Amino acid sequence: MARKGIREYDAKRLLANGLPRISEGRFEMNLDRVLITPDTDLSTLDEEHSWLNKTPLVVKPDQLFGKRGKNKLLILDATLEEAIAWVNERMNLETTIVQTTGTTTGVLTHFLVEPFISHESEYYVAIVQKENGDVIYFSTQGGVDIEAVWDSVITIEVPTTSSIDNIDIESALSDVPERSLVAGFIKVLYRVFDQYYFTYLELNPFSFADGKIVILDTVAKLDDTASFECSELWGKIMFPKAFGAVKSPEEGYVAQLDERTGASLKLTILNPDGIVWNLVAGGGASVIYADTVVDLGYSKELANYGEYSGNPSMELTYEYTKTVLKLMTRQKDQQGRPKYLLIGGGIANFTDVAKTFTGIIRAIEDYQDKLKEIGVKIYVRRGGPNYKEGLENMKNLGRRIGIPIEVHGPETHMTRIVSLALKGGE
Amino acid sequence: MEEYELFSRDTQAFIYGGQLRAAQRMLDFDYVCRKERPSVVGIITPERGGWEKFFWGTSEIRILRYRSIPEAVKAHPSADVMINFASERSSFETTKEALMIDNIRTVVMIAEGVPEKRTRELRAIATEGGKWIIGPSTVGGIKAGAFKIGNSGGTIDNIKASKLYRPGSVGFVSVSGGLSNEGFNILARNTDGIYEGYAIGGDAYPGSTLLEHLLRYEKNPKIKMVVSLGELGGTAELEIAEAVSNGKITKPLVMWVTGTCAKMLPQGVQFGHAGAKADSDRETAQYKNQALRDAGVIVPESFDDYDEKIRETFDDLKSKGIIEPVDEFTPPHIPMDYAQAKAEGLVRKSTNFVTTICDETGDIHDYCGVSIDKVIKENYGIGGVLGLIWFKKKLPRYACDFLEMVIQIVADHGPAVSGAHNTIVTARAGKGLIESIISGMVTIGPRFGGAVNGAAEHFRWGLAQGYAPREFVVAMKAKNTNIQGIGHRIHTVEFPDLRVDIMVDFAKKNFAKTPILDFALAVQAVTTQKKNNLILNVDGCIGVLCVDLLNSLGYPDDEIGKMIDMGFFNALFIIGRTMGFMGHYFDQKRLESRLYRHPWDDILYDVPDEPEEVE
Repeated sequence: MARKGIREYDAKRLLANGLPRISEGRFEMNLDRVLITPDTDLSTLDEEHSWLNKTPLVVKPDQLFGKRGKNKLLILDATLEEAIAWVNERMNLETTIVQTTGTTTGVLTHFLVEPFISHESEYYVAIVQKENGDVIYFSTQGGVDIEAVWDSVITIEVPTTSSIDNIDIESALSDVPERSLVAGFIKVLYRVFDQYYFTYLELNPFSFADGKIVILDTVAKLDDTASFECSELWGKIMFPKAFGAVKSPEEGYVAQLDERTGASLKLTILNPDGIVWNLVAGGGASVIYADTVVDLGYSKELANYGEYSGNPSMELTYEYTKTVLKLMTRQKDQQGRPKYLLIGGGIANFTDVAKTFTGIIRAIEDYQDKLKEIGVKIYVRRGGPNYKEGLENMKNLGRRIGIPIEVHGPETHMTRIVSLALKGGE
Repeated sequence: MEEYELFSRDTQAFIYGGQLRAAQRMLDFDYVCRKERPSVVGIITPERGGWEKFFWGTSEIRILRYRSIPEAVKAHPSADVMINFASERSSFETTKEALMIDNIRTVVMIAEGVPEKRTRELRAIATEGGKWIIGPSTVGGIKAGAFKIGNSGGTIDNIKASKLYRPGSVGFVSVSGGLSNEGFNILARNTDGIYEGYAIGGDAYPGSTLLEHLLRYEKNPKIKMVVSLGELGGTAELEIAEAVSNGKITKPLVMWVTGTCAKMLPQGVQFGHAGAKADSDRETAQYKNQALRDAGVIVPESFDDYDEKIRETFDDLKSKGIIEPVDEFTPPHIPMDYAQAKAEGLVRKSTNFVTTICDETGDIHDYCGVSIDKVIKENYGIGGVLGLIWFKKKLPRYACDFLEMVIQIVADHGPAVSGAHNTIVTARAGKGLIESIISGMVTIGPRFGGAVNGAAEHFRWGLAQGYAPREFVVAMKAKNTNIQGIGHRIHTVEFPDLRVDIMVDFAKKNFAKTPILDFALAVQAVTTQKKNNLILNVDGCIGVLCVDLLNSLGYPDDEIGKMIDMGFFNALFIIGRTMGFMGHYFDQKRLESRLYRHPWDDILYDVPDEPEEVE
């Protein structure tokens, strides 16, 4: 969805391609760089990348998180042998990292290996896409936590309505030693940012050595909706998941279903022991149902977040519902409380409610014994085309299989079934 | 129309893209609003001009298609809205083009996934020109009783249930398009309904913001209260809080920001919308709800009492006499679409066409109930396929082999015969494949190739009459009719046609019975006594064996008669010989043969000196 983080490896690949092209050779970048994945054969790595044996190396994880030095996930000035040993020790290792936003635990799987290049000055530059234009941040005090030296940062705005050509960068950098070189570089960097549809690009630090631009650390995000314009510029690019976002088999299965279709099927498990399970149609409505559970004070009981939308077929709805029911009926609540299944949604525009409900009904029928055993109460609220028939079918299902199913249409406020279930309607 | 209004009952709009169903839904809305004219005046589709038919209530009207935006604008200078259904790939260019045209004041971008930088650019263009963009990534919205954008509001039933056909007093604006129907529903149940309501779409930089619409509502005296539904991510709601604090928004505003559950979710879980992601504490739903509350906005405790807050606020305004009574009326009925009525089992209709040989409506097409993949996997072959679509039977192997044998035998007979000759002449006249082979095929009939059917008919008749072979020859002679399928230019009893021998052998070996063949051979014994080239020829042999094949397959006699009548056996000749015609066509084209002109010395010119005069 629009802004997506990319690996440092890819960011540098795009820069190494874009900078010399746009500057007509003025700013070249070192092309030596390799990404190690769990499938990489480390013993033959130097056959394809002979430079690995000829230069000291720097190695770090490349999984969309920063502060790798502080987390001791960085090795500098290493030989190939040392680098390989270092990677081998960490590959597939579950690791907890500290970020400004808190700690995250995940598995290390991707490492970036580059030549270790000594350099003098350490600059900071970031370009950020904002609502009314782009903003360039520059500082001569790169290489550190930039927040700590924010006073040193020069801000240059590029409003939507003007072009980088009309912005006087050089004057803005009055106290910078390599002023004209840096200003020239920033202009070119901005053009790369613009042409390649970056939404965020941070080089911290970067420097100039031997006539080449040396970029040490990079953080970048692309606007993935531009893929139709940029497929050639980007080449084969991956938009990896955030570090630590490990999927359970059920979540993975739903993700697979989601990829198979133009419809949307999402599932995130928040607390497998929670007693409130959502089966909600529509992205907007699904957020509101989860919100309401939280806002009514049941955040600890919220078992999942998820949605189905975009008119999924009966078969997909059936598979999706079965996945939720399987998770929900794994075991009884420890405190012996009933569990609640909220089959919610707003008023559909043109999705046939009765039709989507057939898949849900079939799945509930499959799971009726387990649902009874666990003690599940079902609440339904939905509107839209053929909703009356859909609701009637749900009601009949409850009667037929002997599971309490309470059914509501648009006359009931959308989230009222949350309070009806959890608070008896108070 | 005041500048704070985007649409009125007189608004004329273009639809960009072939979204005919959306156009029909807009027209249905116009009709239930008792408008005099439809709101859609043109459909812009670069790939096609012409026109489309739509329903206007129970009658039909035509709406023109245009190939470009300027063309449409020129034809309808008073239209000032374009609803842009172009895909995310071309939404930017087409929206930009429309915004650059003076007449167009509002563009609605339906597409999802327009690059953010592009929308930002469009927004700058719109701001500069005093124009409006709604979207991207939105269903649009509705001005009650006046104008409906595309598919907004859902079905006519829902439009009636939420009273969208007449204006109420509430201005509504939400981020999510998916929840706009729900918003209209909540307002219909707790107030006198919406005056207008839009979804700005979930992108990070929407073409118009919640605040911009709220400020429009503020200026509109017909709107007495405003209701909004925001979302986590971005700081747009904080600007609303500021506008309320600064007194720029004075009307009662009930608002809720969704996404309070985000703190429960692991990092990296993205909600449905591109913009729905809090990058800092200020962008969280909690922070924004509190900021709105602090500014004096009516903010519920959760979405669950959103409806109650709206009701209380409305009731308060009503008790103060601020709400004007609504002109209620009963909206006219819109007939249900046939497709929906049929799906619901409400209507039925007798069909005008019947087919019994194949069905292409399923996942995979089938021939007489056998799916095409099965035809290939089970080696039906050409004979088997003919069995399915001509005979409607799964034929035994020998029958399939026989049909294929016939097709191979008749495939070509040289360039001199009438069909091949015509094909060649036509090809040489520079015509295409179809014209060339058709000119050959039209010569197929009683004199060319028709002997197959003729022979089948004659020998079958003779046998049915109970004639002995000699009596049959005499009877035909008496009728002054040549026996079809007898006689050959070259082959004789002593110099037999090997093709005939092969077919006869095959039939003897495989057919259950061969009564017609036996009769024809007995007749041949008689005719060859007279002249040794009066043998059963290829066409005759095929004709009589086709009858014997049908006999062997258990066809009753009267059905075989009907098959001969409809030219069933000639069909085998046509299918085979067409291959030959095509061969001659390709041959001539490869040779680059020039126009054929028949030589004078090959024509006898026997023309009278002058025509006979008649009175």
